[in-house]
Amino acid sequence: MLELRNISYLVDDENGRNEIINDVSLDIREKFVAITGPNGSGKSTLAKLIAGILKPTSGRIILDGTDITDLNIDERARLGISFAFQQPIKFKGITVRDIISLASGKKLPLNVVCDYLSQVGLCARDYVDREINDSLSGGELKRIEIATIMARGTKLSIFDEPEAGIDLWSFQNLIQVFDSLREKTDGSIIVISHQERILNIADKVILLADGKVGSFGEAGEIIPSLANGVTDVCSKIPGQGEQTIG
Amino acid sequence: MARKLDQIELNMLHEIADLHQIPDGAYNIRLNGESAGRNSTENITIESKTDKPGINIIIKPGTKNEACHIPVMLSESGITEVVYNDFFIGEDADVVIVAGCGIHNCGTDLSEHDGVHTFHVGKNAHVRYVEKHYGEGDGLGQNVLNPTTVVYIEEGGRMEMETTQIKGVDSTVRETTARLADGASLEIREKIMTHGKQVAKTNFTVDLDGEGSSANVVSRSVARDESTQKFVSCIRGNNVCTGHSECDAIIMDNASVSASPDLDANNVEASLIHEAAIGKIAGDQIIKLRTLGLTEAEAEEQIIAGFLK
Repeated sequence: MLELRNISYLVDDENGRNEIINDVSLDIREKFVAITGPNGSGKSTLAKLIAGILKPTSGRIILDGTDITDLNIDERARLGISFAFQQPIKFKGITVRDIISLASGKKLPLNVVCDYLSQVGLCARDYVDREINDSLSGGELKRIEIATIMARGTKLSIFDEPEAGIDLWSFQNLIQVFDSLREKTDGSIIVISHQERILNIADKVILLADGKVGSFGEAGEIIPSLANGVTDVCSKIPGQGEQTIG
Repeated sequence: MARKLDQIELNMLHEIADLHQIPDGAYNIRLNGESAGRNSTENITIESKTDKPGINIIIKPGTKNEACHIPVMLSESGITEVVYNDFFIGEDADVVIVAGCGIHNCGTDLSEHDGVHTFHVGKNAHVRYVEKHYGEGDGLGQNVLNPTTVVYIEEGGRMEMETTQIKGVDSTVRETTARLADGASLEIREKIMTHGKQVAKTNFTVDLDGEGSSANVVSRSVARDESTQKFVSCIRGNNVCTGHSECDAIIMDNASVSASPDLDANNVEASLIHEAAIGKIAGDQIIKLRTLGLTEAEAEEQIIAGFLK
């Protein structure tokens, strides 16, 4: 499905050259893979490199045998990569129905839009004609973001910390959404998360630290090895603690 | 009907009034400076002025859920005209008025329509006024539209004004003045897109004279290419009242946009707010839509369409 070959991403800042991602190689074939690690470990950067939002300094990205390293964001999207932002983007005038229709690539009938919204726990009637702007809470925006990825139905879906900002929605619903996505997809889902319960439902877990792969393996093997759970591991790293949801 | 409309004129009728044919109910169609059709109804009377070009639209008190269409079209190059239309909306009436002007200029001469619309909104009446301006034609002649709207709203009256100019008008100066009595309210929503070397100027002046009166003036605009826009909004709070004006503009290419708020509070209980935001399309909005498979150009198009929706 997705192969990363020696991916590095370097930036120049006031401290000189900074390696955000350092020679990462991965072969992702599982249906559900979670990437975890402390803040600043490069998780979101890695996701953006896969989606084409950032370009790697070196290395190649292969999707189903095709080298997509030099493709731009929309070319990769049309090849079947979806990306759910950690901070959903707001618009003036574009409604929930508009964005879900754009995501699906066609004008959707109302009942189909409503179905996607219902799956992420939103009462469709109340949201379908709302603008995606500041009038929506952070949690509502996140759920709509997830609904757009569902509407795309691509072979590779990347979620950047889907649990962040969801404060009123029961976390169990989020787990159910990912269970359902895994059931329906023919491809792979990559979720960046700090949440142990999300890591627990993953087929494989990748631990990133300092831009490198610390460990990559079966969830059942990796999580216990993370010093009695990821949240404990994270709590030992400065600036990183458990996130509480719902 | 004075004469049948041709396809160009029917297209313009659709653009400015969302009509595919001559409407039911009250209407007056002005084509190339002459009447091309008129119909009055039991409650809405349309009559020609005797002292100057234009019409009077008289709506009986208590008229509910009726609409009146008064489109103006210029399909011949080189026509310039000033037309005065006065609307008298009776007490407790609740009506929709659809105006608008379309110019199809395939010639080399300037085509210009300056409409002066004066509204007298009676006590507790409600009117929704929809106005669209549209220009087309591949000639070198300029399309110029200068609408003037004068509004008087009596006690408890309400007016919603939706004005749109998206395409094809080379130059426009839009003047709107309003004076509101006790409990009256005015809502103005303006949408403008300019391109090429077009120039659009908008001046709103609202006097909130009445106790409990309110006004909300919202302008959303997109300026592309070398076009220029200027938005001036003056709200005077002369009593216990609330006023809000907002200018939200997307600027692209080498265009320029100017927004000038002017709030005059002449009463300690007047509450007046102005907001203005001018900027280019946010890069993260384009990235978001590109992750859905849209090209950069398609993403821009969707963002602008949503913004002006």
